[in-house]
Amino acid sequence: MAHADNPDEMDLRVRALQTLLTQKGYIDPAALDVLVDSYQTRIGPRNGARVVARSWVDGTFRNRLLSDATAAIASLGYTGRQGEHMIAVENTADCHNMVVCTLCSCYPWPVLGLPPTWYKSAPYRARAVKDPRGVLADFGVTLPDSTQIRLWDSTAEVRYLVVPRRPPRTEALSEEELSALVTRDSMIGTGLALTP
Amino acid sequence: MSYESHADLGGQSGHGRVLPEREGELFHAAWEPKALALTLAAGATGSWNIDMGRSARETLPDYAKLSYYALWIKGLEKLLALRGLADAEEIAAGRMLKSPKPVTRVLAAADVPRVLAAGSPTVRAAMSPARFSVGDPVRTLSGDVPHHTRLPRYARGKIGRIDRVHGAHVFADTNAQGLGEQPRWLYTVVFDAAELWGAQATAGSSVSIDAWEPYLEAVATSSPSLRDTSQER
Repeated sequence: MAHADNPDEMDLRVRALQTLLTQKGYIDPAALDVLVDSYQTRIGPRNGARVVARSWVDGTFRNRLLSDATAAIASLGYTGRQGEHMIAVENTADCHNMVVCTLCSCYPWPVLGLPPTWYKSAPYRARAVKDPRGVLADFGVTLPDSTQIRLWDSTAEVRYLVVPRRPPRTEALSEEELSALVTRDSMIGTGLALTP
Repeated sequence: MSYESHADLGGQSGHGRVLPEREGELFHAAWEPKALALTLAAGATGSWNIDMGRSARETLPDYAKLSYYALWIKGLEKLLALRGLADAEEIAAGRMLKSPKPVTRVLAAADVPRVLAAGSPTVRAAMSPARFSVGDPVRTLSGDVPHHTRLPRYARGKIGRIDRVHGAHVFADTNAQGLGEQPRWLYTVVFDAAELWGAQATAGSSVSIDAWEPYLEAVATSSPSLRDTSQER
C-alpha cells in the first residue's frame, strides 16, 4: 500500500506538534510516555487471551461472558477506553465470527490493545464484509462450507471479542497454558486458536 | 451542504489482499507511538469528542494516501486549528507564537492509568421506549447524509432484522456536529449477505452493523418486498 507520508517528514511534524502543545500547556509530556508504555506493556492481546482461557475452563464465567461481557471482562481487571461496552461472541462448529470496522478502526483496546496495521488498512475494511472467505484465505484459514460466517461491523461504541473454539486434546492444560494458544487474530476472527 | 467521508470502505473492490502481521508488531516508525500519545493527550483536554475526531479524520482530502497515524496527526492539527488552540502558522513553526487558550483538563502522567481504565461510556438514560425488539425486520435509510454518520453505505436502504438491543447511546451524528449527545436507542441489525451483495454474496454469511434508531424504519412482517430492495437504489 502506497502512502504519501514520508517518515522523516512525519518525524519532524510530530516533534514540532509535541513542542507546540507542551509550550501551550495543553499536554504533560510525561503523560505521553505513560500512554505509550501502557499500550506497549500492559494493555494488549494477552489480556483477551486470559479472558478466553477462563471461559474455556469455567462454565459460569463463560455464561457470564456471553450474557454480560463488559462485567465479566471487568472482573479480570480489564476495563476502559475503547472497551466500555463489550460483547463476546463464541465460535462454534456451525458459526464463525469475525470483527471489522469498515468506517475507521474501532477495536476492543482493553482486551486486544492497539489494532494491527492490517485491521486498519483498506484491504481488510473493504473486503471483510463482502468476501470473508477470501480474507480468511489471506490468513491461511479455510473453514468448511457448512460453517456460517458472521461479520460484526463495529459502527458504534460497542466492541466485539471473538471467543475462538477450544482446540481438541487440551483437557490436561492449565488455564495459563491454554491462554498461550489464544492468538490475537483468533480473537478478531481472522485466525483460529493454536493447537498444542 | 456537502459532506464527504473518505473512510467508508466496506464492500469496495480493488484494495488487494490483506497482509497479516505478527502479534507484537505495533508500530513501524518512532514517530508513530508519539502520534498515538499526542492524540490521546490532546483529546483528554476535552476540546472535542470522539465523533468530532472521527469526522475530522474521515474528511481529510488525502485520507486514502495517508497511513493510520499520519491520519491521526493531520486530524489532530485540523482539530487544534478549528478550536483555535493552535493555528497553521504555529503548527508550521513548531512553537508557540500566540498565547494559549484555556482547556478543560490537562492529562497528568499519574492520572493516565485511571483515565484509560475509566474510558468514556456512551450509554445514557433512554428518553423514550425502544421502538424495535429483537427479531423485528427493519429497513435502513438510503441516500446521502450531509454530515458525519455511522451508517455505512453498503448497508443503506437494506432490510435486516434486530439482533440485539444495546440501550440508549450518545448519537454519533449529532455529537460529531456539536449538536449534543441526543441519546438514541442502539441496535445490532443483521443482514443476510445476499441482501447486501446479491449474487456476489458469500453463501451462508451474514453481516451486522450497530445502528441508532434514527437510521431505521419499520418493515411490515407481511411485506411482500421483504427481500426485494433492488428497485430502490
